Amino acid sequence: MADELKDMVLNYVTKEYLEDDSEPLTYDTPLISGGIVDSFSMVSLKRFLENKYAISIPDEEATPEAFDSVNKIVALVQRFAAKKA
Amino acid sequence: MGYSDKIRGTYQAQLKGIQDAGLFKQERFIHSPQAADIEVEFPAGAPLKKVINMCANNYLGLSSHPEVIKAAHEGLETRGYGMSSVRFICGTQDIHRELEQKMTAFLGTEDTLLFPSCMDANAGVFEAILTKDDVIISDRLVHASLVDGIRLCSAMHDTIKHSDMEHLEEKLQLHADKRFKLVVTDGVFSMDGDTAKLDEMVRICEKYDAMVLVDDSHSSGFIGKTGRGTHEKCGVVGKIDVITTTFGKALGGASGGCVSGRRELVEMCRQRARPYLFSNTIAPVVVSGVLKVMDIISKSTERRDKLERNAAYWRKGLTEAGFVLKEGDTPIVPVMLFNAKLAQDVSQSLYDEGIYAIGFFFPVVPQSQARIRTQISAGHEIHHLEQALAAFTKVGKKFDILGKTKQEIIAKYGM
Ligand SMILES: Cc1ncc(COP(=O)(O)O)c(C=O)c1O
Repeated sequence: MADELKDMVLNYVTKEYLEDDSEPLTYDTPLISGGIVDSFSMVSLKRFLENKYAISIPDEEATPEAFDSVNKIVALVQRFAAKKA
Repeated sequence: MGYSDKIRGTYQAQLKGIQDAGLFKQERFIHSPQAADIEVEFPAGAPLKKVINMCANNYLGLSSHPEVIKAAHEGLETRGYGMSSVRFICGTQDIHRELEQKMTAFLGTEDTLLFPSCMDANAGVFEAILTKDDVIISDRLVHASLVDGIRLCSAMHDTIKHSDMEHLEEKLQLHADKRFKLVVTDGVFSMDGDTAKLDEMVRICEKYDAMVLVDDSHSSGFIGKTGRGTHEKCGVVGKIDVITTTFGKALGGASGGCVSGRRELVEMCRQRARPYLFSNTIAPVVVSGVLKVMDIISKSTERRDKLERNAAYWRKGLTEAGFVLKEGDTPIVPVMLFNAKLAQDVSQSLYDEGIYAIGFFFPVVPQSQARIRTQISAGHEIHHLEQALAAFTKVGKKFDILGKTKQEIIAKYGM
């Protein structure tokens, strides 16, 4: 699931947050600390992932640090998906 | 000593960082009343200089209007200077309620509540009407005061790309399970001067049972045929659930703001909004001035009509001169320079030519979106605009940016 998930998150973040003329993202581009995404806007990504993988990420885990790159987001989702299984 | 060298040094280093990044803001002291022609001391200690003001929110030219000043004097005589109380203890005069009723009629809403400022209106309204079971969906370019108000509220917060109505619809679907949904936008966006698509927004929000809040600070008094605001321009008067606006710009320019809209929502603010409950409201002298402003603009559209003509003239002139502008049809006309230092240098050169127009850069606008925001007023005469245009053209030539595209300007001056 990892690669598929990685690309899905990357595509989602690109479509949701980037302007048309922005530099393309990598899996490690700092999103929140890099000023690409403000921490508010992470809400929709969180809800999207929760719906898609039928998981629930508690607010105290959904920190700006945990959402700061595609790789970190993927790790977070995998952790909760594993918990569920 | 509590304020140790270590503490002081930390702040000094931080301030130096702001300075080194070219992001340091400095005030210019104006020695005259607010108007198209002003006298300015800049830098501090320099002799006074007569300049044309191209960056005030004095859209209707009422900030120093003789009738408004006279009404304020009369208010001072009949209602005194201060109230020494918040509204609900003993700080409400008859004229406060009179102004609320006038605003309700003017905006075509159900009720209105005054606040010390629109910043305070925006700080108080969300927490007063929403809970953690609700969601707020805001445009990504809304004013900082809305962002702060949203932060103070326990509702979930999501954002949409600027004026992207498809994105809004997706978000309303994503958050369909929430108790209430509130969509938040500026009417006219203060930094870009474009207008929200309120007609489409209202249509979508009706479909998904969502409420709409519009901050019409840069619209009230002059946008729309009779100046009611963006809801008039977009044909949705009576359909905006909450309008917040300011008396600190077109409507006399002194200070104060309000929340206007659905009766129950306004009443919730009267019961719960903290800046209303815990801070003195607008001073009687200012209320008296605003009442006169509302009389003037309710009787005649002469001023907003002149403003519209002036703004069209200005936009056309800058376009023909070869500047990169943000598109729009409001009196906010941003001249895009992209680089923060360039924006400040152009501003300084304009000042040398007798034109007062400020550079805006991060964090007031996004990185590499630095600009000079020009703002047109009904207080400008054509000779002001001609003189300003000549100065802009001269400075544009000096920096070699006329007829250049965004990419060319960035290539020359950096992001
Ligand atoms: C869109 C918007 N809302 C609110 C405000 C704040 O208005 P006030 O000066 O009344 O606090 C401003 C002023 O900068 C503004 O541009």
